[in-house]
Amino acid sequence: MDHEKIAAILKSRLGLAVQSMDEMKNNDLMIVVDKKHLISAAGTLKNDPALGFSTLMNHLGVDYGDRMAVIYNLYSPTLGQKVTVKVYLEQDNPEVPSLERAFQGISWYERETYDLFGILFTGHGNLKRLLLPEDWKGHPLRKDYVYPAAYNNIETARIDMMNEMGEAKGPHV
Amino acid sequence: MSKYSSQEMVLNMGPHHPSTHGVLRFILQTDGEMMVKATPDVGFLHRGIEKIAEKLPWQGFMPYTDRIDYVASVNCNLGYAVAVEKLAGIAVPEKAEYLRVISAELSRLGSHFIGFGALLLDLGAVTPFVHALRERETFNDLMEMLCGARLTHNYVRIGGVSYDAPAGFKEKCLAFVDHLEYEFLSEFNQLISSNTILINRLANVGVITAEEAEEYTLTGPNLRSSGVKFDLRKDDPYGIYGRFDFEVPVGTGKYGVIGDCYDRYWIRIEEVAQSCKIIRQALSQMPETGEFRTKLPKPFTVPAGEIYVRTESPRGELGYYLISDGGKNPFRVKIRTGSFSSMTIIEHISQGVMVADLVAIIGSLDVVAPEIDR
Repeated sequence: MDHEKIAAILKSRLGLAVQSMDEMKNNDLMIVVDKKHLISAAGTLKNDPALGFSTLMNHLGVDYGDRMAVIYNLYSPTLGQKVTVKVYLEQDNPEVPSLERAFQGISWYERETYDLFGILFTGHGNLKRLLLPEDWKGHPLRKDYVYPAAYNNIETARIDMMNEMGEAKGPHV
Repeated sequence: MSKYSSQEMVLNMGPHHPSTHGVLRFILQTDGEMMVKATPDVGFLHRGIEKIAEKLPWQGFMPYTDRIDYVASVNCNLGYAVAVEKLAGIAVPEKAEYLRVISAELSRLGSHFIGFGALLLDLGAVTPFVHALRERETFNDLMEMLCGARLTHNYVRIGGVSYDAPAGFKEKCLAFVDHLEYEFLSEFNQLISSNTILINRLANVGVITAEEAEEYTLTGPNLRSSGVKFDLRKDDPYGIYGRFDFEVPVGTGKYGVIGDCYDRYWIRIEEVAQSCKIIRQALSQMPETGEFRTKLPKPFTVPAGEIYVRTESPRGELGYYLISDGGKNPFRVKIRTGSFSSMTIIEHISQGVMVADLVAIIGSLDVVAPEIDR
């Protein structure tokens, strides 16, 4: 099925939830969904027989500097199509409803995003840090993250190097 | 309290435990020999690879991709290279495509040797592990011929590969594939695969149904062993995989039910034969001469945009979500790995199994810790 048809189905099924629609570099569709409609949109994408985006491939958070976003990569085995669902969040105290009800396997992905970005997933069953220690301060993948000088009185010696690396002279081919 | 009343006990397994495949911890709630729940605790190998990526030039990140899954580093290189090439619109020379397929499939072989070898070792069978590692040694030699490294290969480049195949590589590679197909597999199966003790340990243990596998985002061999015929090399082909003729093995419930530990073990044995088939075809089709790398413009920048590209690694779907702001460095790199999703299902399927079966379940899912933590 070609893209325009799928785009038309998506628009008719999701209605007001879709804020904008775009095509990515490898011809996947990207839809930007309003936060208020995320849960219902996810349910429609997964359960509507005409769509069938039942496979969650990937989930990530992004810090764009002026706003945050969460991204869900879905795949429909029946259509053989991928769709990227993006939800923009405010920079301060970002919060988004958890999709655990729709996709059980998302639990750890959301924990990772919470851990590294500090995005709160409301309604998540077990929202704890996943990769970093529980007493870690801050969320490292945020663009304004400042590296700590020490952790539990252990100096993080690479701190100067990490701060200079932004100017690293490439390419190491 | 009666004499035989049960009592729950909390046990710690790992982070340094011989059968946790890396630095990985489980919190076990047990009742005698029965498992109430096993909760994985991960993050011991978190190196912040995604943060490091934002501080490095696009090409400079390549060696770090080796460390995502060091058992199959070429596959991790390949996934990153394919993603950047699609985002930047770079064409890859014909010869490089073939060298990529050959090295990636060799890597898959090497990874599966560790996968089922380590599973057998965890179950107490030491000899087959040594047999599997003997074959991995030849894989190491072959990769050393190609790029000089034996573990973290850093072989694939954006726009091609780092070196051409040296003289004698083709013959050695063919001999290896012949040896695997005609000698190793039958020998190995006689040695262990139809062993009654192994079948009793693996069959009907840790069953994952197709619905559960899809719900918990399992991919790759773990998904296929549950009976779902889905392989990215066939269903969403990247590179030149569309040119090769090979089968996609799925779980059949050989000695038990579909999706048990034995199916997950057996599917990796079957995939060895399929990878051999691909390598043989690639070796015969590969052009003798030609470019093996596209020259990149200097300084190398990638036009602004976002992309999600997934490739089939030995442990399932390896996806890179890349965001470029048009600069020299990536703006955001997210790496989605197969072990991460395999790990999420352990808590679910470990309920009510024997303590000894947990080791079989972890081993059969072929989890590699650095891939979870990144």
